[in-house]
Amino acid sequence: MTTPVLEVRNIRKTFPGVVANDAVDFTLMKGEIHCLLGENGAGKSTLMNIVFGLYQPDNGTIEVDGEEVSFENSRDAIAAGIGMVHQHFQLIPVFTVAENVILGSETTKGKLLDLDAARSIILDLGKRYGLHVDPDAKVGDLSVGEQQRVELIKALYREADILILDEPTAVLTPGEVDDFFEVVQSLVQQGKSIIFITHKLREVLAVADKITVMRSGTVVGTAEPSTSTQQSLANLMVGHDVTLQVDKTPAEPGETALVVSHLQVSDTRGLPAVAGIDLEVRAGEIFGIAGVQGNGQRELVEALAGMHKIDGGRVQMLGVDVTSMSPRQISELGVAHIPEDREKHGVVGEYPIYDNLVLNRYFKAPFVKRGVRQMGAIRAEAERLIQMFDVRTPSMDTLTSSLSGGNRQKTIIARELSQDPKLMLVAQPTRGLDVGSIQFIHEQIIALRDSGVAVLLVSAELDEIMSLSDRVGVMYQGKMVGVVEAAGATRETLGILMAGGTIDEARTDGSEHRGSSR
Amino acid sequence: MTNGAAPNGAAPNGAAPNGAASKKITRAFSLQPILVPFYALILAVLVGGVLIAIVGVNPFTAYGYLLKGMFGSPDRIAGSIARSVPFIGSALALAVAFRAGLFNIGAEGQLLLGGVSAAWVGTWAWMADMPAIIAIPIVILAGMLGGGIWGAIPGLLRAKTGAHEVITTIMLNSIGLFGVRWLVSSQKPVVLRDIESTAPRTRPIAEGARLPTFLDSSQPNLHLGLVLLVLAAIAMALLLDRTSFGFEVNTVGLNPGAAKYAGISVNKTIVLVMALSGAMAGLAAASEVSGTSGTFQPGTFAGMGFDGIAIALLARAKPIPIIFSAIMWGSMLSGAPLMQQEADVSIDVVRIIQALVLLLVAADAIVRYIFRVKVETGNEFAASSTVEAS
Ligand SMILES: Nc1ncnc2c1ncn2[C@@H]1O[C@H](COP(=O)(O)OP(=O)(O)OP(=O)(O)O)[C@@H](O)[C@H]1O
Ligand SMILES: [Mg+2]
Repeated sequence: MTTPVLEVRNIRKTFPGVVANDAVDFTLMKGEIHCLLGENGAGKSTLMNIVFGLYQPDNGTIEVDGEEVSFENSRDAIAAGIGMVHQHFQLIPVFTVAENVILGSETTKGKLLDLDAARSIILDLGKRYGLHVDPDAKVGDLSVGEQQRVELIKALYREADILILDEPTAVLTPGEVDDFFEVVQSLVQQGKSIIFITHKLREVLAVADKITVMRSGTVVGTAEPSTSTQQSLANLMVGHDVTLQVDKTPAEPGETALVVSHLQVSDTRGLPAVAGIDLEVRAGEIFGIAGVQGNGQRELVEALAGMHKIDGGRVQMLGVDVTSMSPRQISELGVAHIPEDREKHGVVGEYPIYDNLVLNRYFKAPFVKRGVRQMGAIRAEAERLIQMFDVRTPSMDTLTSSLSGGNRQKTIIARELSQDPKLMLVAQPTRGLDVGSIQFIHEQIIALRDSGVAVLLVSAELDEIMSLSDRVGVMYQGKMVGVVEAAGATRETLGILMAGGTIDEARTDGSEHRGSSR
Repeated sequence: MTNGAAPNGAAPNGAAPNGAASKKITRAFSLQPILVPFYALILAVLVGGVLIAIVGVNPFTAYGYLLKGMFGSPDRIAGSIARSVPFIGSALALAVAFRAGLFNIGAEGQLLLGGVSAAWVGTWAWMADMPAIIAIPIVILAGMLGGGIWGAIPGLLRAKTGAHEVITTIMLNSIGLFGVRWLVSSQKPVVLRDIESTAPRTRPIAEGARLPTFLDSSQPNLHLGLVLLVLAAIAMALLLDRTSFGFEVNTVGLNPGAAKYAGISVNKTIVLVMALSGAMAGLAAASEVSGTSGTFQPGTFAGMGFDGIAIALLARAKPIPIIFSAIMWGSMLSGAPLMQQEADVSIDVVRIIQALVLLLVAADAIVRYIFRVKVETGNEFAASSTVEAS
């Protein structure tokens, strides 16, 4: 634990209008799990992309095992023993695991691919580090957690000693997160060194050996997990004291705003995803839906928003039957929607930010007059929302795809929260956001509730569900397996329900059950 | 794309210090979009020169005649421009659809249907007594309508059944060609054929429906169609960049998922855009019928739709640049016969140069590598995000 394997000194990297990294120093010791923390847009991914050879720094040096290196591209970095798992996986869905793993560094026998050798190496690596996947499975058929294991195997196959993991847990279910940390532990035990980016302070304190905190492109400090708390880390990240607790008065539910009865929806493959759901959400109330991802939550929300065909049942919103309405008709009723898949639905990456901020209001005054877009009004609105929601960007003309992940999410939230909705469909609102932003968005959602908005919240984060919801429903295999008052719900109760248990089981042996909490 | 925003191989940072001057210009005027086609043209002309030398002709002589043929006299200039006018429309047909993410290969057929519709309406008996101010708009609109309907069909098929527009437009090209040929050549029954002519074509349209000409001495004559098509290009630019309809089109093209989410009817947009595309081809055809020949003869439109694809790609599917790339394209075709006549170099050399330009623009990495043109920032992200999404 005493020799540095990676030393980064005085790194500077600018993009048009932004200094993404400035005078950054960073040292990774052998066998260490080093957490990199920082607000959205602090420059974490940029720094890691530099270390992995994807960007060239304007300034500064990188040393691996004490020797200065200069990477032209990621091939050089891989050769130097560095591996990176990106937040968005770079796998080819129609290839098998083995094919994906060897892609780009194919072992051959004569002129033929030597898949057998690859297979046995994959199985070996699997045993060694607890990374179990079937080498012949098609990647497209794997769960997100399994795909991540494939990415890790891919890096290990190339004999990486330094592993960079950029927000690996953002997309995992609680159970998968536990497995993932076991893998990480076994990796460091066998001499690998790990850089781990996350926004979840709980995880940082659980696994880190060392913590480095970045803010606006610079390193503002390092911390030891033994002497840190979530609060102290949050303060260091943001630069001033932040409150981590959401203050919430009891709900004062009003009229019923959303009634779903016997709803049935199929997924894209035509299999039943939502199998007869009933639920009601009232004005001034937050109804949370917990559940392991892939149990029909996504289809439920998309069907409610009018984007997904409804096979059976009825949906009523604000007193109107919307079962066969289009997304436009539904949103015109005063229904806002924060979509789960931000790249696929939430933003157009090639548009400047201001266009995305009016993406679903572009056809209304004052943004359009007799069919002609009013750029003045659009820009003024963008200016206002960027300010109000603290979207970190060099300008509103910046392409949305070059924003950091968290700031892209803020762009969506700003747009949706700002249009005076009466009913909000909210899916994974804080995925990939830093603590400060989460705090802010939670406050906004609660303020909307207090002003009488009905909120349907779907989240994979139990903490989020528990701290925001007034009532919680748990979805399992397309059904609502239980609805409980949030006040009486514990992580354990919800965990049992999420794993397919019943309310009675949850009541009686909740205390013995491990559930899915960490 | 949080972390994967990795620029691919030819990333921005490695750019060599060569071409510093061109870089400066780029920054000042944002000439980027023109640079690649411009360099591609230079390269293609060089390669063409080598080919000419191989067949034993002095390339300077040959190119001299080509240039003379293109711009050697006021008449030749006018002829070159006149030759280019319909290309503006056939290129717009591709470009407009392209913005919605659709690949409209059907300008060939849309031109034919537009042309035959314009000619048919132009030969209606009562048109003969109409003043130009009424007759011309009717003929032009008929052309746009004919092309528009022919374009809307693949749009509808795409929206209703998911049939890919590349396949359906190619098929509609054949159907259009054979159908139109029959209409103008059938003797029994006589449908639209001009029985007094030996060539298969329609009767001449009413005098009042003919577009006024600026210059008759050029080959072909330069007529008001130029103004119509330039206005059409400007209108398309404004429509796509300034209106809420254009915003819908762009959104559908860039991210159909987000379009649906934003409440845009993707299917409706597809049908409208395809109809509009077809109408642009129809406009070009009507302008030819009414301005140049006064009759409709299918052969005159052969290949015009496919040239439109190339012209639009050269102009990166942007309406205003299309005006210029169409004029370049048409002028070369217009100047080539003089080169053949005087220097004995086949007209096909021009076709080879054009094909090379297109190839180099499509495979623009080659041009960027040779001339060290930096990647446009916008495209770089577009490219990397699509790669990831797949
Ligand atoms: N390729 C790029 N072009 C232009 N600007 C960029 C590019 N990549 C990052 N930036 C900018 O650099 C800054 C740092 O971004 P980076 O992605 O490193 O943040 P991050 O710390 O990873 O944030 P998050 O937690 O939201 O993922 C941001 O302001 C971002 O807009
Ligand atoms: Mg990041």
